[in-house]
Amino acid sequence: MIDAIISIFLIFGAGFALIGSIGLVRLPDFYTRLHGPTKATTLGLGGLLIASMIYFTSRGEVSLHELLVTMFLFMTAPVSAHLLAKAALHLRIRSEIELPKWDK
Amino acid sequence: MKLLKRLVPHPIFSFVLLVVWLLLNNTLSAGHILLGSVIALVLPWATAGFWAEQLHLHKPGLALRFLLLVLWDITVANIQVAKLILSPRRKLRPAFIHYPLDMDNDFAITVLAATISLTPGTVSIDVNGDHSVLLLHGLDVDDEAALIAEIKRRYEAPIKEIFGC
Repeated sequence: MIDAIISIFLIFGAGFALIGSIGLVRLPDFYTRLHGPTKATTLGLGGLLIASMIYFTSRGEVSLHELLVTMFLFMTAPVSAHLLAKAALHLRIRSEIELPKWDK
Repeated sequence: MKLLKRLVPHPIFSFVLLVVWLLLNNTLSAGHILLGSVIALVLPWATAGFWAEQLHLHKPGLALRFLLLVLWDITVANIQVAKLILSPRRKLRPAFIHYPLDMDNDFAITVLAATISLTPGTVSIDVNGDHSVLLLHGLDVDDEAALIAEIKRRYEAPIKEIFGC
């Protein structure tokens, strides 16, 4: 029973990670591609972490490391996306739509 | 009381450090609680010089509610973005959005920008020099004014209330 639940979370997580990667290929320009890694993958990783938590806890050792992974991911994912976007805008990387007027 | 305040200048920060330490080691043994407490006391003190300003949680209860709301929104955001990615040949309507900020505090703006990046179809790119405009990129924007109003109501208003700025 527990194995089944863990499997469902694993497949769910892996599915979302896959969708994030597909997005990276399919979306038209750099700025839209940024949305893949910041979003679809957070839920993907979430699924895998819940599976890991259930697995280790069911073996008798309470495992809460995963909460830390979640916390650090939520802190770092927006920062890396922000840096990438800022650099891209600074270099005026091609976009499907007109780039905004932006001076600091 | 005064001595306590000098010893523990950032109680919340210290508490979080202790919890993180115990989670890292996955234990509640006395030795690690002691070691974690030492780290939790020394680290805030050693880094105090780098802290630009002190920010107080005015409403911890609201902060918790806000966290749950954001977690829920992240789940919804993931499913929405997954749909957008998988729907065949649907024309996306990406847009750059100038989002007018109503607050001036660095930390509060950082929290807002991170929240925006993690939630439905938007990534924050940059903030301008005088903290009045946040530049966002939307993946599929239907109505720019509605999106700005939604972010203001759903995220910026609670953050302002939580930090009291």
